[in-house]
Amino acid sequence: MNIGDKIAPRAAFGDALVELGSERDDVVVLDADVSESTQTAKFGKKYPDRFYQIGIAEQNMVGISAGMATMGLTPWVSTFAVFLAKRAVDQIRISVAYANQNVKLNGAYGGIPTGRAGATHQSVEDIAVMRCMPNMTVICPGDPREVKQAVFSATEFIGPVYLRTVRCPVPVIFDSTHKFEIGKSYQLAYGRDITVISTGMMTPKALEAVQNLKINHNISARLIHMPTIKPIDVDAIVKASRETGSIITVENHSKLGGLGGAVAEVITEFAPCHLSRLGFPDVFGESGDDEKIFSKLGANVESIIDAALKDCKKRTAAA
Amino acid sequence: MDITELKKTALNIRKQIINLTADKGVGHTGGSLSETDILTTLYFEIMNVDPEYPKMENRDRFILSKGHSTPGFYSTLAERGFFPKKNLNEFDEIGSMLQGHPCMHKTPGVDMSSGSLGQGVSVGIGMSLAKEKFGLDFKTFVLMGDGEQAEGQIWEAAMYAGANKVKDLIGIVDYNKVQLCGTVSDILEVGPLNEKWKAFGWQVLECDGHNLQELVSYLNKAKELSDNGPVVLIAHTVKGKGVSFMENKFQWHGKAPNEEERQKALRELGSNQ
Repeated sequence: MNIGDKIAPRAAFGDALVELGSERDDVVVLDADVSESTQTAKFGKKYPDRFYQIGIAEQNMVGISAGMATMGLTPWVSTFAVFLAKRAVDQIRISVAYANQNVKLNGAYGGIPTGRAGATHQSVEDIAVMRCMPNMTVICPGDPREVKQAVFSATEFIGPVYLRTVRCPVPVIFDSTHKFEIGKSYQLAYGRDITVISTGMMTPKALEAVQNLKINHNISARLIHMPTIKPIDVDAIVKASRETGSIITVENHSKLGGLGGAVAEVITEFAPCHLSRLGFPDVFGESGDDEKIFSKLGANVESIIDAALKDCKKRTAAA
Repeated sequence: MDITELKKTALNIRKQIINLTADKGVGHTGGSLSETDILTTLYFEIMNVDPEYPKMENRDRFILSKGHSTPGFYSTLAERGFFPKKNLNEFDEIGSMLQGHPCMHKTPGVDMSSGSLGQGVSVGIGMSLAKEKFGLDFKTFVLMGDGEQAEGQIWEAAMYAGANKVKDLIGIVDYNKVQLCGTVSDILEVGPLNEKWKAFGWQVLECDGHNLQELVSYLNKAKELSDNGPVVLIAHTVKGKGVSFMENKFQWHGKAPNEEERQKALRELGSNQ
């Protein structure tokens, strides 16, 4: 895995599970007939006795995983985020989160990229739903390397975890020295004028945006990658607010309740500053090319640059 | 335990349900009284449990999928010695070990948290599958309500367990024919349950859910049959069983008796001894 390689996080997830399976015989994988898409089929082929094909019944799948976890197994439950986090939300809430069972949930196909499947399959609310659930940890890795590390970290962690992965290829941005830890953010670029906080597959885009801001606009933008949405790294957000005075959040999710919501909560309470939330407006998505949808909804490299320029201009005028 | 002793125990539990709900002014009285004989048979005759070691590895598991009928469940656990009966007085209070719906982390003897209907069978499947992995030897019992049969997840779970012949899993339906807002047939007819469960690949037994002799024999039979795949026992019961003015009345689904009703209920139960 080299910097710049484009790898689909779902592939990294599938490979990580296979590797995990050889180290931990308590790990079992449950699927609701999407394992060829989410790539948990790789685990199924290698460890057929630890792979459970539940059928198209997400609620039952989550319930079974909770029962397994009460016995000491560590189940990875995997299906499309849109079904896992909403169809089975009550089962996650009661049988997993309230019962505080050691179940790991892989919300695959998070956000817009779904292979042109459109609004029905675009999970734009899952982070918001999972984030407000007691006992739940929410992770949204930034690149394929971090996906792999997050699979291991989530498995080592004791308690319910929601790991969000995406379908489309994402460039590798972390080298082998990167070490993902739950609850920790990563400053990927130093900056004093403004802070961009990104999560998931938007981090590679944000990285491109801050480099562009520096080279073409002489704006020193800090970039914080926030792979854990819950518990969120409060200190890094407060510090960014105090030191740069303005924050832009960017995510492959609705503007409501996701990373932008989480950052808004933190700064409002501890260190108020200007905040621009980039993500999807409160509308359903549509079929089409992923990048074109991101552009239409205002969550791409250009949107980050525009938001930063607008904010810096406004603040310069005010000063 | 012989049948006379079981009967006495069930009566004690019924009286405890009346006292508990009357003392606290809350609780699901009707469904607690309908499940009493089932729970008594399970905890005093059928299940391998040890109140001294509530987490014993090879214990039989029990899931109260109809999680609201806690007065009956807690009274049974206390009667069996999982915690002192005086703790029943904490029921539904803030900071209590006895939540309105079962919480596995607060109450000794509770194997799974529940309260949102329809989830118990799936969890039971997970326990049974994991048991196979670990080579343990126990049965998992899941007590469902009849109104609960309307939940889609029940049938997802039934389909999976039937198709995969999940072993050592025993479902029990407390078929009292009355739910929160009316009779089951008025709200949504869930029958014919026997044929439905059979069609989903389960071995189906039916018995009188208040005849302790029958319950002992059918639950033993269910244990035996579960070696080959999932079993469901449809236990015909009466909502509010044992208290004439509560019997078959949906109004007693989630209502506690007042003082006058308590005395009347206890008198009736006493005379039934």
